[in-house]
Amino acid sequence: MSQKFTRRDFNKLVIAGAAGSTLGVFGGAKPLFASQKHVVVIGGGFGGASTAKYIRKLDPSVSVTLVEPATTFYTCPFSNWVMGGLKEMKDIGRTYDVLKSAYGIEVIHEEAAEIDAANHTVKLKGGQELKYDRLVVSPGIDFDYDAIEGYSEEVANTQMPHAYKAGPQTELLTKQLQEMKDGDNVLICPPGNPFRCPPGPYERASLIANYLKKNKPNSKVVILDAKEKFSKQGLFTKGWEKLYPGLIEWRAGSAGGKITAVDPAAMTVQTSAGPVKGGVVNVIPPQRAGKIAAEAGLTNETGWCPVNPITFESTIHPGIHVIGDSCIAGAMPKSGFAASSQGKVTAASIVRLLQGKVPAPPSLVNTCYSLVGPGYGISVAAVYKLTSDGIVSIKGAGGLTPMDADDDQLSEEATYARGWYNNISQDIWG
Amino acid sequence: MVKKITSWLSVGLISAAALSGCETQTSEKQGAAQQASASAEDVDPRGEILALSCASCHGTDGKSVGIMPGFYGKSAPYLKTALMEFKNDERYSTVMGRHAKGYTDEEITLIADYFGGLSQQNSK
Repeated sequence: MSQKFTRRDFNKLVIAGAAGSTLGVFGGAKPLFASQKHVVVIGGGFGGASTAKYIRKLDPSVSVTLVEPATTFYTCPFSNWVMGGLKEMKDIGRTYDVLKSAYGIEVIHEEAAEIDAANHTVKLKGGQELKYDRLVVSPGIDFDYDAIEGYSEEVANTQMPHAYKAGPQTELLTKQLQEMKDGDNVLICPPGNPFRCPPGPYERASLIANYLKKNKPNSKVVILDAKEKFSKQGLFTKGWEKLYPGLIEWRAGSAGGKITAVDPAAMTVQTSAGPVKGGVVNVIPPQRAGKIAAEAGLTNETGWCPVNPITFESTIHPGIHVIGDSCIAGAMPKSGFAASSQGKVTAASIVRLLQGKVPAPPSLVNTCYSLVGPGYGISVAAVYKLTSDGIVSIKGAGGLTPMDADDDQLSEEATYARGWYNNISQDIWG
Repeated sequence: MVKKITSWLSVGLISAAALSGCETQTSEKQGAAQQASASAEDVDPRGEILALSCASCHGTDGKSVGIMPGFYGKSAPYLKTALMEFKNDERYSTVMGRHAKGYTDEEITLIADYFGGLSQQNSK
């Protein structure tokens, strides 16, 4: 995923970014007031909501419109906790009330239908047009259903949920787990890299195993993985042996893990080692940048969006910043934390660009907490900086929970996972 | 490296800065954003961009609503001491040591000064 930049490429990006800022000021956009700058943000998740809030915080003279269809946004982080019975949907729902009332952000609960990059305009589904000086696109991910024969959005919504966007499918998967016959197996089928929240499927396996252990002791979790290895593998494997011996089986892609087709009627998935049947089948398909980013021509041949790593401004369309899961951000994973970190850097850059100033070099950060059990937490952290190789993680910093962490440390990490969720939710949605 | 990046940026942005006129006008909505906002004029933009990272675990402006320690109201020297001790493994942590090692001593000073200054500014 990490992109190699030559110094010349890099220079080109920077100059393109700067040219964009001039266009932002003199392009087709007509701000609300002659001198008031206007930023439109598409997507009210971890990336978009962070950007909207921090633009207003850093420069209240900039007006911000946030376009997000949902009035309640359900966070993917902690949605595994709902499936495991540790949280309810209401615990992971965020609203936009504080962003509206305390930060003066205009929130439009509608879908963005079209971006006109040349005219600096966003058209909403209802027909309304929004002009912008700068646009932030933070649409998360889209799913490549076609990559798995027999799978579709319809199948995901009804029989084999991916539950990789929190919402109705989180509830469907939770309900299916509760209704599953004791003795049936839960199949979790994660995709190849890159995908949203690399440790997500394995935290999910952990918390489902925790639920099965108590409620369906004859069932187990089988992970059919497209990959040969996975995030925090050593730590997860150690935790599984300790907490759920024999309850979680992981198959690598080359060992019959990779699925090529599904049969929803039979509740089976096809692998190189033959069909596998599940009582609950959680298929997480391969992913790409959010639909509107692709439709606006912001993606390259990888299906993701190349950006200037200082400002997250698209290297394809000046004046449009792409952040979060949709963008190519060097060594950074596709996580809510990373999206929020990128959102803040983008907010600071946009504020300075609109003031005609030089953006500061970015400093980015990520921490991914995962629960192996309710009192057993693990984490991976990194601090990132920009070099001529793009965004890289700083050597000697970050890393994983130590393999020899004792019970007290693992319990503290679980406590801090909850603390992190409370604080990042407040930091983003107020 | 940082210096090089900054100079690349400076070169690229001279025209943008010159042409845009650097206008900043007070909006009608300004009163709405009541949270402590150090404007870009007052702070080192590097300190600001480094410090924004901290809020993801410690709350906006270091005002924690979770179990993570809040540091709003703490002085710059206090914060610097704490961060340096995390960095040098002189203070126990689960994850802070891993984070603090990602910053130079100078950057730690910038972060401590940012939050120390933020608290001081609002207590005036």
